[in-house]
Amino acid sequence: MPEYKLRINGTSHNVNVDDDTPLLWVLRDELKLLGTKFGCGIGQCGACTVHFEGAAVRSCLIAVSTIGTSEITTIEGLSEEGDHPVQKAWLEHDVPQCGYCQSGQIMNATALLTENPKPTDKDIDNAMSGNICRCGTYVRIKQAIKTASNQ
Amino acid sequence: MTKIKTQYNRRSFLKISAAAGGGMLIGFSWLTCCVSGGKTEEALAIPNEWFEINGYIKIGDTGLVTIYSPNPEIGQNVKTSMPMIVAEELDVDWNNVIVEQAPLNTGFYHNQVAGGSQSIRKGWHALRMAGATARRMLLEATAKAWGVEVIALTVSGGIIKEINGDRTMGYGDIAVQAVAMEVPEEVELKDIKDFKLISTSVKNVDGKNIVTGKPLFGLDFKREGMKLAMIQHPPAFGMKVKDFNEAEIKAMPGIQDAFIVDISVPEPGYFDEKGYQQLVAIVGDSTWQLMKAKKALKTNWEAVSELENSEDHMKRMEGTLASGEMHESRKDGDPEAAFKKASKVIERTYSSPFLPHNTMEPMNFFANVTETSAELIGPTQTPQALEGSVSKLLGLPIEDVTVNMTRMGGGFGRRLYVNFGVEAAAISKQTGAPIKLIYTREDDMTQGTYRPAYLTTYKAGLDENNNLIAFSVKGTGLPESPVFEHRFPAGTVDNYLAEKASTHTNITTGAWRAPRSHFTAGAEQSFLDEVAELAGKDPIEFRLELFDRAISNPVGKRNDYDAKRYAGVLKLVKEKSNWGQSMPGIHRGVAAYFCHNSYVAEVIDIAMEDGKPKIKKVWCAVDCGIVINRDAAKNMVQGGVVDGIGHAMYSQLTFKEGTPQENNFNTYRLIRHSQAPEDIEVFFVENDIDPTGLGEPGLPPAVGALANALYQATGERYYHQPFMSLKTVMG
Repeated sequence: MPEYKLRINGTSHNVNVDDDTPLLWVLRDELKLLGTKFGCGIGQCGACTVHFEGAAVRSCLIAVSTIGTSEITTIEGLSEEGDHPVQKAWLEHDVPQCGYCQSGQIMNATALLTENPKPTDKDIDNAMSGNICRCGTYVRIKQAIKTASNQ
Repeated sequence: MTKIKTQYNRRSFLKISAAAGGGMLIGFSWLTCCVSGGKTEEALAIPNEWFEINGYIKIGDTGLVTIYSPNPEIGQNVKTSMPMIVAEELDVDWNNVIVEQAPLNTGFYHNQVAGGSQSIRKGWHALRMAGATARRMLLEATAKAWGVEVIALTVSGGIIKEINGDRTMGYGDIAVQAVAMEVPEEVELKDIKDFKLISTSVKNVDGKNIVTGKPLFGLDFKREGMKLAMIQHPPAFGMKVKDFNEAEIKAMPGIQDAFIVDISVPEPGYFDEKGYQQLVAIVGDSTWQLMKAKKALKTNWEAVSELENSEDHMKRMEGTLASGEMHESRKDGDPEAAFKKASKVIERTYSSPFLPHNTMEPMNFFANVTETSAELIGPTQTPQALEGSVSKLLGLPIEDVTVNMTRMGGGFGRRLYVNFGVEAAAISKQTGAPIKLIYTREDDMTQGTYRPAYLTTYKAGLDENNNLIAFSVKGTGLPESPVFEHRFPAGTVDNYLAEKASTHTNITTGAWRAPRSHFTAGAEQSFLDEVAELAGKDPIEFRLELFDRAISNPVGKRNDYDAKRYAGVLKLVKEKSNWGQSMPGIHRGVAAYFCHNSYVAEVIDIAMEDGKPKIKKVWCAVDCGIVINRDAAKNMVQGGVVDGIGHAMYSQLTFKEGTPQENNFNTYRLIRHSQAPEDIEVFFVENDIDPTGLGEPGLPPAVGALANALYQATGERYYHQPFMSLKTVMG
């Protein structure tokens, strides 16, 4: 199996995996970065969202061989103490129910706010509609994004 | 204060203490995993020694308290609310509380189930008693140490004080003596008016861990030397596996083993698999290699029963309703004569399709089976049922099977059924190694224990003064009828008839969040909306008139609701939503429903935007008795509303020759951000009634209120779910 050198959360990692292995499974099975979740495997639910050079992507669709030297950030690398403004806003609004989709929601919301610091309701709907929350915490997610956008 | 008899004895504590010692471990410190509420900086120092006061409470020598949450956590937030009840009676500062998930212990805890919205209702007394008993023992130990009577002491925030003196004693300092005290035979519970913690808003104890991506879920569980496993089930209900290209699969990279596994258990129970008993299992090193091996499977299947189609399903249910096979389950007065006499009669038929649960975390389980034991760890709503089924499957005594619970990425009823845990055990046994079984989304959606499909006809008769004088409901489903014959409007109308019958299917079905109520509330509440319209009455006033009848002079011997509380939530939602006030561009619908011991009324406001309905606001009025964790309770109701609206609007699972036609989120529609209500406000009826649950009751009325608001917005009545067909949405 080929060896890949990946830049994840500011650190280099060497992994030996098949070239078509999705980043999701490199993170979860090889690197034990378990905050990135598996939901559908076809880029339709957003549970596996990470940052690829700062942009939100679905890690289940990105083959390890296509990453090269690009910088990947996962939920574990979003902040050192769990105190990113988006994470703090999520806690302030006590958003999670089951919690499973929330790391993907947070990664997607963070990328949105980086690109668009003052999103409208419509901007939030457009940016977040690829992230499913089966528990239905959508109203609180929107409130948390607005809270974070004011910081 | 209320005095109650304790039901503890020393032996039961020791049993749980021993079990708790070998609890759930996921490769990171339980302290960083479980410190509650993100208040670590304020909490007391980590203790050197812990003292088990009882099976719910452990007190450290620094005063830090661990409370075990007995029930499975599926997102209903019992891991926070159940310990809150213990902490209230224990009288301890919540900032100094750590919460841990308790292991399955049928000898000590009662009802370790996440189902039927019953955790809080059934746990209420036991949790209060656990806290009050420990508090009493700490007080008695202090009284003994100081040579005073307990009555001379007072306690607040984990500090015991002498009423007429200066001495104080922290729980951490007296815990070592408290564990040696006799368990009191009787303890005093607090007066409800003295509650300090209950009814406030406490943050989710796992909140910080969730937003930082800590490994909390079953899918995150790892054990050194563990292999991964996947299964392939038949492609269609009615099929069975014959054989597969075993040698080819075993030769693939990273694959150790492949075989057909049999999961049938002797004398299967309610939670055991009723469909696929034999599956292809593949064991390997990595998830991706297993997924590739699954794609390379060439399996021969054989049809062993009918391969069913969705069109036939509807015809079959229609046939049942038209047949003479309906079972009369309740009759008041003379419905037949009353319908003949009625000046207006209205009849409408409602349906809903099969639905998968689609928890975001797909089914998975860890199993380590040896000759003499089985250890299972993972997401289950019914750990006790799983323990029993694994014991039967393996022929092991029940005490040699252990089950530990992880946090769950959703339940909705799917994880009441134990097939995936049993499969993990069967695979671990056959391959001779600890394994973790993982379902793909496709496995999860097409090997379901689905919400049954339903078809129900309602009929109402009004007299010349627009009084409801006759009502009938006749329902069937694949396979169960959704009719609740003793629920509203039974008891409010002199001539009433309920009939039901089941319709055969080989599609496997089971409980899905608010079983039957999710359909019945939508159908009944939109039918009543139409009846009110026919009567020329406001929909809320029309219902309140019926409740007045049920309060003053109920019909029949048994009515499964409290008409005053039912009317109470309607009145509250009427007030809060300013019902009756005209709001330009806003179309409103209302519904109320009682199920799982709680009452909820909802008003939905819709505006038409670009020709499409947009939900602007949902108003909810809830009577669940005492509210334990206020903001979390609101979150639960909000989630139920979104769930109810989403599935009624968009979701359905269809079948062609036994094969589910939707198998992932590209073809199966779940509600998304842009379709969610813009705002959901929740109000509670304030009372001192013992608390009931909220996992389910917020969902059912949303379906009725939605259908009624859609009618106001579009002029069309919605009888068949999903209300928005793919064609409507895509244009």
